Amino acid sequence: MPSPKRIGRIQFGLLSPKEIREMSVRKIIWADTYDDDGFPYPQGLMDLNLGVIDPGLRCKTCDQKASECPGHFGHIELAKPVIHVGYTRLIRKLLRVTCRSCGRVLLSPDEIEKVVGTEDDQTGDILSEKDVKKERVCPHCGEQQLKINFEKPTTFSEVVVEDGKKVEHKLTPADIRARMEKIPNEDLIPLGINPDVARPEWTILTVLPVPPVTMRPSIILENGQRSEDDLTHKLVDIIRINQRFKENQDAGAPQLIIEDLWELLQYHVTTYLDNEVAGCPPARHRSGRPLKTLSQRLKGKDGRFRGSLSGKRVNFSSRTVISPDPNLSVSQVGVPRAVANEMTIPVRVTAYNIEELKQIVRTGPLRPDVNSPCGANYVIRPDNRRLRLGADNLDTVADMIEPGYMVERQLRDSDVVLFNRQPSLHRMSIMAHRVKVMEGRTFRLNPAVCPPYNADFDGDEMNMHVPQTEEARAEATILIAVQENILSPRFGGPIIGGIHDHVSGIFMLTHEVRWFRKDAALYLLRYSGIERMPEPGKVEDGVEYWSNKQVFSQILPDLNMVFKASSCQNCDVCKKLDCERDAYVRIIDGKLECGTIDKKAIGAFDGQIVNRIIRQQGMKRATQFIDDFTKLSIRSIMYDGFSFGIDDEDLSKTEYGQIDEVLKNAATDVDRRIRIYEDGQLEPMPGRTIEETLEMQIMQVLGKARDLTGQIAGRHLGLGNSAVVMAVSGARGSMLNLTQMAGCIGQQSVRGERIVRGYDDRTLPHFKKGDRGSDAHGFIQHSYKGGLNPTEFFFHAIGGREGLVDTAVRTSQSGYLQRRMINALQDLKVAYDGTVRSTGGKIIQFQYGEDNTDPTKSAFGDPVDVKGIVESILKEEC
Amino acid sequence: MSTKLNVLDHAMVPDHKIMSEEEVSELLTLYNITTEQLPKIYNDDPAVKTIGAEVDDVIKVIRASHTAGRAEAFRLVIKRPKK
Repeated sequence: MPSPKRIGRIQFGLLSPKEIREMSVRKIIWADTYDDDGFPYPQGLMDLNLGVIDPGLRCKTCDQKASECPGHFGHIELAKPVIHVGYTRLIRKLLRVTCRSCGRVLLSPDEIEKVVGTEDDQTGDILSEKDVKKERVCPHCGEQQLKINFEKPTTFSEVVVEDGKKVEHKLTPADIRARMEKIPNEDLIPLGINPDVARPEWTILTVLPVPPVTMRPSIILENGQRSEDDLTHKLVDIIRINQRFKENQDAGAPQLIIEDLWELLQYHVTTYLDNEVAGCPPARHRSGRPLKTLSQRLKGKDGRFRGSLSGKRVNFSSRTVISPDPNLSVSQVGVPRAVANEMTIPVRVTAYNIEELKQIVRTGPLRPDVNSPCGANYVIRPDNRRLRLGADNLDTVADMIEPGYMVERQLRDSDVVLFNRQPSLHRMSIMAHRVKVMEGRTFRLNPAVCPPYNADFDGDEMNMHVPQTEEARAEATILIAVQENILSPRFGGPIIGGIHDHVSGIFMLTHEVRWFRKDAALYLLRYSGIERMPEPGKVEDGVEYWSNKQVFSQILPDLNMVFKASSCQNCDVCKKLDCERDAYVRIIDGKLECGTIDKKAIGAFDGQIVNRIIRQQGMKRATQFIDDFTKLSIRSIMYDGFSFGIDDEDLSKTEYGQIDEVLKNAATDVDRRIRIYEDGQLEPMPGRTIEETLEMQIMQVLGKARDLTGQIAGRHLGLGNSAVVMAVSGARGSMLNLTQMAGCIGQQSVRGERIVRGYDDRTLPHFKKGDRGSDAHGFIQHSYKGGLNPTEFFFHAIGGREGLVDTAVRTSQSGYLQRRMINALQDLKVAYDGTVRSTGGKIIQFQYGEDNTDPTKSAFGDPVDVKGIVESILKEEC
Repeated sequence: MSTKLNVLDHAMVPDHKIMSEEEVSELLTLYNITTEQLPKIYNDDPAVKTIGAEVDDVIKVIRASHTAGRAEAFRLVIKRPKK
């Protein structure tokens, strides 16, 4: 590979007519492409000198075949010059800043110096239209200047005052070109133009380059008809008009006809260059579709830059819907057989694998079922010829194979593949998984790897890529594998862990103390790969019992740690072992002594136990632990059963009475405060107006009332309620959600304030003007279960919409912010001396992160996890 | 009476020091770089003007760091380019 080069300078210039003629291999005069025999016309648009696209033919210019000939430019001599649309702004500027008679810049040397600066101290500014005053006299020849009007897309005219009336006098491209020619070279430099490479008259085309045939290949449809590229169509138009123009010119046609044809030629050349110019109807295909001309090839998302250079489509990839499978390991991915049969890995035949590969070739392209060995789709001979395997040639090809051949083997179990879900916002959005070929049509993955991909199963699709070389596979297994990415570099904790039912399940299993008979304990642990059960925790009447904590301890490695579960209430003085919520977790020598396992212990983003296992026993053990607890928790949630229904939100009569009471009191309290305000007795809080103070007080009273209803509801709903289990364990939802379902939804707000907009002095016509009461400003006193009344429903919609708008705006803004940051930071790397450098070797940071610490390997920001080490040695909390 | 504000006295402005020639050459050999590869700072930066550094001087900035407590950075003074 050639060594990288530093770009010293980039020069932009214009193609001069001379250059265009020099690079041209053929003058094009025929508007047609192919004759009746399907042979290209000489000097036509498909002339054989311009390169060849049909296999078998040879290029007349370079004598190469279609695959090797790069194509060659031709040219069209235009009957009259036309303006290049891309340069209309430059032309306008030049017409306005130069003299119409002598071509000099309309400024004296002193005036130029004021803008551009002296020769050795240039301010860097270039002359602009604004620097020249309108309709002044040329300082060089004394000519009175006229106003230049520009009409999109390509019309220029001078405004002449005749008999006190303003008359527009049109400038033809030929006139403009004549003026450009008059501008002296030295006057162009202060205008920011290098006359050596860009004379201004070259912005007016007298000769048009014809791109090589290879740039605009024609395609042959199924019915044998040729279909030409959009560019070719446009060039046909240009040549046709050009020829007609020439004929009329030679015949001495009247001026009017000439002008019409000139404008038509201008239109065709304009749309050939850019078919989306303002003020110009786009040229259309016969079907009515606008043509894709030169500028459309480059512009926009699917253009050459964003579509073909920055991002491309790749081979060896597949995409389908994802669905969950808790029986898979987190490091696996279930691949449908249809996908596995299509995707291949090239394997070189050696003396050591020849027998195996022969067997694979004999299996052929169709693998009968997921458990049978994989087949192959292609065999590549040493001379690089590809043989497609079909039912008829399997044995012949298998017998042919010898070392030096290559077999494109199908995907099989435990192959390494990359798995990805868009948007790929962080590095965990692409991870390497091990293939598990499965029946069905979806990719399967363990729900515990959903958090890094941010995936769910409501129809999400994901992509899979198959690495083709040994190096790629090695990188995938060592760097990109799921095990290596459990820890997020964002906060140094595990990003892979239990979600939803994993957390609920493990919570229900480990909460308080329960005893299981042997059959139940074995049912729970069946899929966790436990080889022998420990001594039973107790024996009653000759029946052996194991505790729930014992069952969980079976999947734990040797470990010592103490922490508080997410159900911990953060009491002032921790009761530790006597915690009535069983939230004090203590693990000694890999045995769960007390406490409940929940989100804090195994959840994604928290996962204290997972984190500690990684630090002490490594990634591999942690992966196994995640696999074990996902299976255990799913089994334990199935053991008890877990469901939620509408009647789980029911409260008893007493609670409903209490809630009514609370809400009534709140309403009267609000009314009382409003009365105080209306009487002018309200004391404003410091820094606030009286109105603001009242609003704050009302919000506070109503907020408190809602919380109170939540507490009343919470008293009735205990851990027997599934929603409470989910909220307490941290699996999903919160007590607030439960309050809103069973108690009272509470105040709806827009921008943190009560809803005030609507009609004059009221939110809805149902209320009196100036009503400040709770229900007139969006307080919803009903619950979701109880149902809302119409005004409440309307306020709820207002409040809900704000949330939707917020998320929509936030995602688009943060997405753009992240894109810019990634563009700025990409290609930086940490050098061996610990410095962060750009590709040019420039230093960005003198020490990575200023402390040379990998955030992934740090303990939540600190280089050493002192607390964890002390705990595991003392087996005590410190 | 007007007192000119000394930006270096501000709590948020880290220490800036001009490095001697020996220090600079030591720095360049330590990282095996040329001055071109150092991070840059404009000559009209208020802190640079205050310590009186000239174009092509190298400045040592000692600042408080969230991660390391105290961090050193080095910057080459360059002329602010024209627009």
